Amino acid sequence: MTNIGKSVIRKEAEDKVTGRAKYTADYSSVGMLFGKTVISKHGHARINNIDVSEAEKVPGVRAIVAGERFPLTGEEIRDRPPIAVDKIRYHGEVTAIVVADSPSIAKKAATLIHVDYVPLPVVNSPREAVKKSAPLVHENVALYEKDEGVNPIPESNIANHTKIRKGNIKKGWDQSEVTVENNFSFPPSDHIAMETRSAIAEIKPNGDIHIKTSSQAPFMVKELLSAYFNIEVGKIIVDTPLVGGGYGGKASVQLEILAYLASKAVGGRVVKMMNEREEDLISSPCHMGLDATVKIGCTKEGILKAAELTYLVDSGAYSDKAIHLSRACAVDCTGPYRIDHIWCDSYAVYTNHPYPAPYRGFSHAEVHFVFERAMDILARKLRMDPLELRRKNAILPGDTSPTQVVLNRSTVGDVPQCIEKVKELSRWNEGQIIEVDKRYVRAKGIACVWKNSTIPPESSSGVVITFNEDGTLNLISGVVEIGTGTKTVLAQMVAEYFRMDTNDVYVRMNVDTQATPEHWKTVASRGTLMAGRAALAAAEDAINQIKDIASRVLKVRPDDLEVGNRRIFLREEPNRGLDFKEVVYGYTYPEGNAIGGQIIGRGNYILRNVTHLDPETGKGNPGPEWAVGAQVVEVEFDRRDYTYRILKAISVLDIGKVLNYKGALGQVTGAMCMGLGFGGRESFIFDQQGRVLNPQLRTYRPVQFGEQPEYIVEFVETPHIDAPFGARGAGEQGLLGMPAALGNSLSVAAGVELFHLPLIPESIWAEKEGRE
Amino acid sequence: MLKLTGTTNITLNINGEKRPVTVRPSETLLGILRGKLGLTGAKPGCLNGDCGACTVMIDGKPMKSCLMLGVEAPGKKIQTVEGLNGTPIQRSFIEHFAFQCGYCTPGFIMNCQSLIDTNPNAPDEIIEEWLKSNICRCTGYEEIEKAIKSVLRDK
Ligand code: FES
Ligand code: FES
Repeated sequence: MTNIGKSVIRKEAEDKVTGRAKYTADYSSVGMLFGKTVISKHGHARINNIDVSEAEKVPGVRAIVAGERFPLTGEEIRDRPPIAVDKIRYHGEVTAIVVADSPSIAKKAATLIHVDYVPLPVVNSPREAVKKSAPLVHENVALYEKDEGVNPIPESNIANHTKIRKGNIKKGWDQSEVTVENNFSFPPSDHIAMETRSAIAEIKPNGDIHIKTSSQAPFMVKELLSAYFNIEVGKIIVDTPLVGGGYGGKASVQLEILAYLASKAVGGRVVKMMNEREEDLISSPCHMGLDATVKIGCTKEGILKAAELTYLVDSGAYSDKAIHLSRACAVDCTGPYRIDHIWCDSYAVYTNHPYPAPYRGFSHAEVHFVFERAMDILARKLRMDPLELRRKNAILPGDTSPTQVVLNRSTVGDVPQCIEKVKELSRWNEGQIIEVDKRYVRAKGIACVWKNSTIPPESSSGVVITFNEDGTLNLISGVVEIGTGTKTVLAQMVAEYFRMDTNDVYVRMNVDTQATPEHWKTVASRGTLMAGRAALAAAEDAINQIKDIASRVLKVRPDDLEVGNRRIFLREEPNRGLDFKEVVYGYTYPEGNAIGGQIIGRGNYILRNVTHLDPETGKGNPGPEWAVGAQVVEVEFDRRDYTYRILKAISVLDIGKVLNYKGALGQVTGAMCMGLGFGGRESFIFDQQGRVLNPQLRTYRPVQFGEQPEYIVEFVETPHIDAPFGARGAGEQGLLGMPAALGNSLSVAAGVELFHLPLIPESIWAEKEGRE
Repeated sequence: MLKLTGTTNITLNINGEKRPVTVRPSETLLGILRGKLGLTGAKPGCLNGDCGACTVMIDGKPMKSCLMLGVEAPGKKIQTVEGLNGTPIQRSFIEHFAFQCGYCTPGFIMNCQSLIDTNPNAPDEIIEEWLKSNICRCTGYEEIEKAIKSVLRDK
């Protein structure tokens, strides 16, 4: 192999270092109008009146959209008015849109819109939300239109309930000699893509709707706009250029709907909308919060027997992706361990908080934080080394997952090897805690991780390959380039298949739903599997066509032919053959007559064997494979003031065959950095009224340059048999165990169990001193 | 007190070119570069001085263009990422995989270039102090650190 595994430089690299790379908001046109949202200042309030009279008078204002009843939106339950009517349910909810000639006019007019609110009692956490006395975020959940299998509980804040019933929980507890039970929680936070969301909409006179958007899911934008507004799906054309970071946040469809409504309000003219940072943080979907109760039990020898888990997913004001997120919490509700008896109840719970989008890892980092913290507490009770407890229980081929899938080596990789390697790399044997001096200690914490994806069974991906006159080829896929480099990896795969140079494969960066074959969504680390398989199928299809023509010209059997270096030739006599350029646009005989025609390779892939989950037991196959790993974080903790520095972050991940080494490394360390931010510092701070007090990058600080630890990353490469070249997903795994490993290291360092994120010095101090 | 209303004509010196432009007094340099001059390399990330995505060079020093008014800029040498081509820092960013989505990259590169020009022997603490003003959400900063250090150290 010559292309696979190599650190091929991403195709759009030159554009990105010269400022030529274009993102949605970089596109402008003369005559374009600008939309600006007005967002609510309360967590929960009735809207008495919206006064737009002053705003309307501002010269240059073309339309104001407010107070109008549009169809309800939302992915599994239609519970969200795109623009609030009657009441607002979270701080940041859109109450109006101003459309004007320039951004500054729109902004000025927006400040002149007066909304008269009557504040309502606020549901400020999922725990409060499930109390009998809690105010209702939605008065009539039962009346909403919803997908089959989604069951909101009437007269409550519960939007859905997913159950896992594996084994016999009573038996599990009978066999358990040591148990622990704890409550864990963390508030919502955000993705903070550096590019805030933006969308540009235009409605043509014939009704065609053109949307340009910074989305991870352009095909979903098309599908959902069509469903929500009853528009023929072919009339919606979505175009997505490069995206400035997504991490799941741009997989939700929100701003596109507003841009569409804004354009509609001005007779279909082009309207651009771009979130300011505050809006991107609180108005558009965020990262979920969680409240969890974890009870696990094991024998005296430390063999896990039972786990009983209750997850309350902070679904915010609207259920959108939260139901799916809460389902994912249930699917991989434990760490990667063999546990025969599992009960899990995962609820999507309405609160008066911003509502969640997927977040890198899709509920797994969240579940891992609570489960892996509980594992350490259990180890302490057993007086067993926490790494040893994990090693003893590591899930193996032949074991079953919480949804009762029987695992094999291809689907679950090699957890024990990951643990073994991380033990070495972290020098675990030198001791979990080392006293530096009176003031400082160094401490290590471990977490094991796994992740499957819970994407719909019918998700598919398509790829088209066309040729240029010189025999080079063009690769067209619906994967959005959000920074993961997937399109470059696809080019590597196709080049490998054609035995040609990756430079001879051109990739189309933009996705245009009218011209690009569909790729479900650029999420869940599934680009390499799904689009990869589709790309290889397209390559094979093209090669077969080339062989067909060449075999007739050369008067040989097609299966005696081979391709390489933009040529097709006889296996036995490599000198006898044709250059691609002689074949890919039809072959012309010396006499002038021609055969064949333009070669267009097409390929698709649909996940196989993925099933729905049984509503009573959760039994079913959620996705294609689990990528697994073990991670360690080492901190230096100051016992005097409770501050700490993260010294090392170590990941050993089984991501199958590594396709682009430096690319994969960057995905992993980037995800680790994000996970450390999530665990250590990032969260929304709510006041009593459910208002977010820190909706700015000045008060909500992601990890900064210089704060990064030393990263140590190693890969275990157990192939996933279904995947091209045996690769597993790699975009999320680095994040998954970071909050847990950080929590475990700090619990050891501070000598107190820590149950809540973010792990800021003040909260460690409060836990240690027993203060609120 | 200087009072400006309506619009004013100013001439900006950008990447060595003189660019006349009509602006409102309250318009930021970032808004003018992107909205009026088609120079979209500088990115909006917060419009608040917190993220550094909008960084350009003013008389050789890094400046967050969201924090500067256009009317402050005449008479100054403005350099944007579009004015850099084939520089060692750009090559180094590519070779070290120092970006993923690339949105923070122009800002980082302008900041780095200014550091290279003004403080070619910068010790680690100075590098850290400078680059702290930019946020990258994709990478874990390791590659960016390598990219700048390789330019500063292997001269
Ligand atoms: S946009 Fe200027 S610092 Fe963020
Ligand atoms: S490369 Fe995406 S934010 Fe830095």
